[in-house]
Amino acid sequence: MNRSFFEALRSIYPDDRLLTRDVELLPYESDALTAFQTKPGAVALPIDEEEIIDTVRLCHRMKVPFVARGSGTSLSGGSLPIADGLMIGLNRLNRIKKIDPEQRIAVVEPGVINLHITEAVRQYGLYYAPDPSSQSICTIGGNIAFNSGGAHCLKYGMTSNHVLGMKVVLADGVVTQFGSESIEGVGIGPDLVGLFVGSEGLFGIALEITLRLMPTPQLYRTVMAAYDNLGRAGDAVSMVVASGLLPGAMEIMDRLAIKAAEASVGAGYPLDAEALLIVELEGEALQVEAEFAELRGVIEESGAFEIREAKDEDERARIWQGRKSAFSAVGRLSPDYIVQDGVVPRSRLGEALVKIGELKAQYQLDVANVFHAGDGNLHPLILYNGREPGALEKAEALAGEILAMCVDLGGSITGEHGVGMEKREYLPTMFSPVEMEIMRDLRRAIDPEEIANRGKMFPSGEAPALQMRGMHPLERQGVISRE
Amino acid sequence: MRHQIKSDDLRAPEMAEAIEKCVHCGFCLAACPTYKLLGEEMDSPRGRIYLMKGVLEDRIEADEAQPFIDRCLGCMACVPACPSGVAYGDLLVSYRTLQEQSRQRPLMDGVARRLIIETLPYPRRFRLAMKSGKIGRMLQPFLPEAFASMLNMLPDKLPPPSPLPPILPAQGERRGKVALLSGCVQQALAPQINLAAARVLSANGVEVHIPAGQSCCGSILLHIGAESEARQIARRNFPLMPDDIDAIITTAAGCGSGMKDYELLFKGQTDLHKASDFSSKVKDFSAYLAGLGLREPRGFAAERAVAYQDACHLLHAQGLQSEPRSLLNQVPNLRLVDIPDAGICCGSAGTYNLDQPAIAEELGGQKAGAILAAGPDTVVSGNIGCITQIRKHLDLQGKNLPVMHIAELLWAAYQS
Repeated sequence: MNRSFFEALRSIYPDDRLLTRDVELLPYESDALTAFQTKPGAVALPIDEEEIIDTVRLCHRMKVPFVARGSGTSLSGGSLPIADGLMIGLNRLNRIKKIDPEQRIAVVEPGVINLHITEAVRQYGLYYAPDPSSQSICTIGGNIAFNSGGAHCLKYGMTSNHVLGMKVVLADGVVTQFGSESIEGVGIGPDLVGLFVGSEGLFGIALEITLRLMPTPQLYRTVMAAYDNLGRAGDAVSMVVASGLLPGAMEIMDRLAIKAAEASVGAGYPLDAEALLIVELEGEALQVEAEFAELRGVIEESGAFEIREAKDEDERARIWQGRKSAFSAVGRLSPDYIVQDGVVPRSRLGEALVKIGELKAQYQLDVANVFHAGDGNLHPLILYNGREPGALEKAEALAGEILAMCVDLGGSITGEHGVGMEKREYLPTMFSPVEMEIMRDLRRAIDPEEIANRGKMFPSGEAPALQMRGMHPLERQGVISRE
Repeated sequence: MRHQIKSDDLRAPEMAEAIEKCVHCGFCLAACPTYKLLGEEMDSPRGRIYLMKGVLEDRIEADEAQPFIDRCLGCMACVPACPSGVAYGDLLVSYRTLQEQSRQRPLMDGVARRLIIETLPYPRRFRLAMKSGKIGRMLQPFLPEAFASMLNMLPDKLPPPSPLPPILPAQGERRGKVALLSGCVQQALAPQINLAAARVLSANGVEVHIPAGQSCCGSILLHIGAESEARQIARRNFPLMPDDIDAIITTAAGCGSGMKDYELLFKGQTDLHKASDFSSKVKDFSAYLAGLGLREPRGFAAERAVAYQDACHLLHAQGLQSEPRSLLNQVPNLRLVDIPDAGICCGSAGTYNLDQPAIAEELGGQKAGAILAAGPDTVVSGNIGCITQIRKHLDLQGKNLPVMHIAELLWAAYQS
């Protein structure tokens, strides 16, 4: 970063909101994917949208790349800094600017924490539906960038289904409004809100977001079913779907994940189960009660050896706290792990689980499985010890095979964590050269200098070890092999 | 997280293990008072872990990182919030101790720190310091800030010294026998707390021994990384406690959690087994009493709306949330009101209000506001530091509510 850029930054930010010393930059060098570390050139901490706009315009003018960051909880390295680039920390833009209970909307700044929205609108009998596991700390800006999902997105859809409009500053400094406050949307022309949501920060920064709120369900019924094998739990999901029920959430955890989450939260999970299925129904009381009777019947027939219902809100909260802590809780079992995020068609869940089991045995690595079973979103957590030479590469090779399997089965390399740094080399396995080119053109049309979150999502020559084409270095050395 | 820590310090394994367990997920940020207030990664638990890792790996200088480590309240709110079970407390205490050995402080900070080490744990010296504090206050405009904030903390006058009886017999059917740790600062500032605790226990059929000649338990020294001083003073209490007791009772949250950490403090020492034996018997007043089962007090003539403020070292460090509340709920005519965000630190945090007055003030003000929002007529807590801080900030907001220790309120409920 050159001196004139710094000087210009200093005219926007007071000293205490422009971090430049090594000791201040170091803690920003990773998000929740610590396999990657890059120290940014500087961190700016704006407190209002004018500062963000000025900063983006300055970056554009001086061709300095920037990365926007909320709470730094990306699991795909989406908010990994750029060396010599600027990191724009948005966590101080945390105001909820407007709540309109009649229209059921909230207008928020990008640094507002997901759960804070629900806390603020609960008094009106409303809530914000998308519930990533990190909802207690992740920000709406990041949710938008990665089109975040969560356990309850099975019924209500991902972030993209809940963003009505937004004011954004594009990477070239242009400030514009997409969408509107109406649920019907503008209805004319392409869906520009949809284009921005999930663009992984490549188009610019959302300044003000209009979110759709939902009425709080009158009743929740939550049931846990324990199985002695993972496949049977997968089949139970198919049975629930086939019955015509649409639960709010359907989640599966395997033995390792159950053990970790239970140690963390004490949710009362059955520790002797190979797989645990959590199904939650929610909505109008009468309907939920009727559906619950039906659900119970289906689960009883599915071969569960234990079925337990949450007795009260407290128990229900603990069940979900356990599930939502599961990724991080795996830190209790292993010093390092890779969280994968692949999708398979729901009907091929059982097949995918068998295949993961085989790969796990082949690589001799532990894999904990946590997944949004209802929508086929797998989260295998590959456990390894980074201090052992070659362990990371081996784990990455296994992760690569799991993702390849997801694509082969007709699924996707990411369900909700995004491509970020982690999976950029896999993008061409999902998209044709034509599609890739269209996406690149779109990006360049908005950000010709590619300054916004440069190096993410698209494959690049600087790609780290996550290379899946050809032989893996460990294969070449004969450390690992595949059929 | 992977790390390259090569330190051969005795505590390096604890530090390395905590760092290894951290997965950098950020769940702790939501629980951290300083992150909420300052909004910077360096002032979050995850950021501090990363900084300590950076220092131990020789990537950054210790004195560069120190201001951010110093800003940690040590409230431990991040510990229950951490899904992967990072023992942040062990890491922080070990790291502070390690750094204190080589730390260069500005002269006056060093003198102030020495003053804390030499006076706070000793009730008699503390009383003396209080008297000289009055003189000091006259000189305040000429003193460095480290002293000014210390002087601001001193109350205008101390209650007269009131020695505790050596034994309080159990009333009615005898249900237990305990020793009461009399402590240091609290015994000088508010001797009525221990007395009330002993009386409540006695009224509940517990024989209470209060051995003479007790010292400070060392927790306040451990909190600031003065490890050898902490050990020295802590071990004086070991031979004083009777053998056949069910528990060693403390009425101070920080002392309770500090004594539960004796195993770490005495690691590698010849009297480790004595320390862990002592440590295993330590129980907070509210935990012991709730476990025993309260004999119903008479209660109050008119309804009292009581707000219970969790002391961090009861709630986060010892996991005591329902125990004190269940005691209060058993008092007739007492209505418990909920403080919003009761789990957030009030800013007292041991000597924190001396070291970091600005943040402590801000947190204290926020806490007073939250308490007032709950609309209580009495505030109760389980720690002298919290009580002093809350009282001060309620006063600053012009609300003169009674703020007392849970033992005092319970004793009042038995008497009325």
